[in-house]
Amino acid sequence: MDAIASKSISSINLSIYRYDPDSGKKPYMQDLSIDIPEGQDIMVLDLLNMAKEQDPSISFRRSCGEGVCGSDGMNINGKNGLGCITPLSEALKGNKIVLRPLPGLPVIKDLIVDMKQFVDQYKKIKPYLINDEEKPEREIKQTVEEREKLDGLYECIMCGCCSTACPSFWWNPDKFLGPAALLQAHRFISDSRDTATEERLDQLEDAFSVFKCHGIMNCVSVCPKGLNPTKAINEIKKKLVKRAL
Amino acid sequence: MAMNGKGEELDASKLKVLEFDGIVVGGGGSGLMASLQLAQSGFKTAVVSKVFPTRSHTVSAQGGITCAIQSADPDDDWRWHMYDTVKGSDFIGDQDSIEYMCQEGPKAVFELEHMGLPFSRTEEGKIYQRAFGGQSKDYGKGGQAERTCAAADRTGHALLHTLYQANLKAGTNFLSEWFAVDLVKNGDNQVVGVIAFEIETGEPYFLKSKATVLATGGAGRIYQTTSNAMINTGDGTGMVLRAGFPVQDMEMWQFHPTGIYGHGTLVTEGCRGEGGYLVNKDGERFMERYAPNYKDLASRDVVARSMMLEILEGRGCGPDADHVYLKLDHLGPEIVHKRLPGITELSKTFAHVDPVEHPIPVVPTCHYAMGGIPTNVHGQVLTQATDGTDNVVHGLYAAGEAACVSVHGGNRLGGNSLLDLIVFGRSAGLHIENALKDGITLSKATNDDIDQALVNLNRVNISSTGEDVANVKSELQKNMQLNFGVFRTGDLMEKGLVELENIREKTQNIHLTDKSSRFNTARVEALELLNLIEVAQATAVCANERKESRGAHARDDFQERDDDNWLKHSIYFADTKEVTKRDVNFRPKTVQAFQPIVRSY
Repeated sequence: MDAIASKSISSINLSIYRYDPDSGKKPYMQDLSIDIPEGQDIMVLDLLNMAKEQDPSISFRRSCGEGVCGSDGMNINGKNGLGCITPLSEALKGNKIVLRPLPGLPVIKDLIVDMKQFVDQYKKIKPYLINDEEKPEREIKQTVEEREKLDGLYECIMCGCCSTACPSFWWNPDKFLGPAALLQAHRFISDSRDTATEERLDQLEDAFSVFKCHGIMNCVSVCPKGLNPTKAINEIKKKLVKRAL
Repeated sequence: MAMNGKGEELDASKLKVLEFDGIVVGGGGSGLMASLQLAQSGFKTAVVSKVFPTRSHTVSAQGGITCAIQSADPDDDWRWHMYDTVKGSDFIGDQDSIEYMCQEGPKAVFELEHMGLPFSRTEEGKIYQRAFGGQSKDYGKGGQAERTCAAADRTGHALLHTLYQANLKAGTNFLSEWFAVDLVKNGDNQVVGVIAFEIETGEPYFLKSKATVLATGGAGRIYQTTSNAMINTGDGTGMVLRAGFPVQDMEMWQFHPTGIYGHGTLVTEGCRGEGGYLVNKDGERFMERYAPNYKDLASRDVVARSMMLEILEGRGCGPDADHVYLKLDHLGPEIVHKRLPGITELSKTFAHVDPVEHPIPVVPTCHYAMGGIPTNVHGQVLTQATDGTDNVVHGLYAAGEAACVSVHGGNRLGGNSLLDLIVFGRSAGLHIENALKDGITLSKATNDDIDQALVNLNRVNISSTGEDVANVKSELQKNMQLNFGVFRTGDLMEKGLVELENIREKTQNIHLTDKSSRFNTARVEALELLNLIEVAQATAVCANERKESRGAHARDDFQERDDDNWLKHSIYFADTKEVTKRDVNFRPKTVQAFQPIVRSY
């Protein structure tokens, strides 16, 4: 709030990536000047909504507006993040802001990317509990400590910020599962109620799925939920190595 | 043929057709529960969702699922939960539905746990349950209960992701980022599918089905300040009203006490369940005056009104004295970080305060529609004959916030929405499954029937001049906020109704400037506006008609509850814009009905 007020900025220069393959035009950057309410630290998504009032054809995804649905992952002044919880005070360079689609995925239109590759990798890790034992009438018991192992894993909102910030994913989006899918893989490997740990590890035991992670840690620095996929990936690597010995 | 800028009209012959055993419109909790039931039984099932399913608003639910699973208290009883829910509804919740929900609930909760939902745990390894508003033991005589099953303060996220994952496993077809426009109704008043388009390509389809479930969620976006996601535009409600079917109790909107001031984003009632409380500018814990027994855990309508009274009487906080504070700083960092990690994030982001150190500025925010599409406990949509009897609409189901099976009546208790979603999403799925096994025969829709469902889409697509969508939407929201908010009065509502008629005129004349095919969000927003106006007008007409104060509907000019005239549901049809009444169900199957008493907390 104060950062903006002290700079007393009232007009923002927004530069936004525009592309509609149907138009026959090449992608270009559209520059807009947007007046924002003085003294208020609005979010990048608010700015985009104001831009859309000027030009309704600007396209982006959005839903919850509070950082839990994962719709509005985008590249904000060079860094991936969610528009709805990134305040201008954090994002602005001078009074300029550049918005581009998440890198590395095919662009459908403007800031909207095709998430298919991302979702396909998620599906590959069998993102559901596997437990073939007979179910009790009540809950399957889990201790507080066992449940704590899921913290930092289950909270992923599938926004795609991490995988699309990962050079290993850019190079091998079909073979390297990427940080988001691997975080989920570890979520199920770590669940005391899951009985398929060995099969899950078998599936990850090749040169690409996990081991193409080189610990660059872009995923950690961009995750809007403060999660640590690199740590989860290292845990999986450790389990695989331990098993092989 | 994708829709394009040439202003060409669509008709039945230009549509692609896809056929399913069951289609579910909406990918939130109730929709995914219904689709899971069908897909697991081997039926060809599609979920049609305007967003990728995990973007649905269920993901935002924080506090939990209220259900008597006897974890925190081995002696807990679903009948106590039923009593609380009936009382919370201010006695216009249907008691057969409430009985079904409270009794069936544990089964559904344990099913979700078996699917992998990462519930928080007790020391004994059972599902953790916390205290929530309006919860009692022993029919209100045994003090505060702890009945809300929680996954930290991210229960909705955990629930929705678990259900999406289970649907992947079951082989549900996802038509993600498809927008459903209108129901296709045959000559026998049966629903045989929907018109929808794939947002990415703009390609329109007739999605044909033996059963169509509307699980389209809420419509909080009729108000200016709301905790609802931007996608909550009442699409199913709009479709039903345009198809000539009614909605029920649309005047009943819940204003959640603790929306973050200036933003509307919610912080869970679980904050108060964990020991947080509200204070006014003098630091007084004012709920002790309004609800001496339950204090900050009185039901939401009571707390929201008390907050507004504090503000109106000059005891609000801040330079404009227009909000109050939610205090959590006395709980200590451990409770706040362990039990309420999500609200810590939200509070830092939107209120710029760390709740461990400072109170959070809060004000009531539009949160939940108790009203909606009337259904029976099997999710079958009901319409009302001229003589007042209920008739089932064949082929059409509704569940979740879009529906009004009426478990919430005039006011919903916290944690009952997630329970409603899973219990009635499941029961709709079960009913369809059985009906499909028995064989469903619906007569075919003619091309004229299909063309009828294309009228709105065509009107928007061929518009060449007219009103700006964003402006009209903003007028609508301001009008609802001003004239149909927490406190209502006849004069203002009359004024608001006239204004709404003008706004409706404008919605009939909106101009879609961008006619492109590919991912045209402007087209989606134009069509959403046509749903918002239906919901807003239903709300306004019913609110003006119900001349009493009950549950969330508080009138300055009729301050008392009027059981002689209004122990009733309101039923509204869009073509007449008139309100009729429908009896409240007082015939539970296994317990004595709870009779209306004075509601105090």
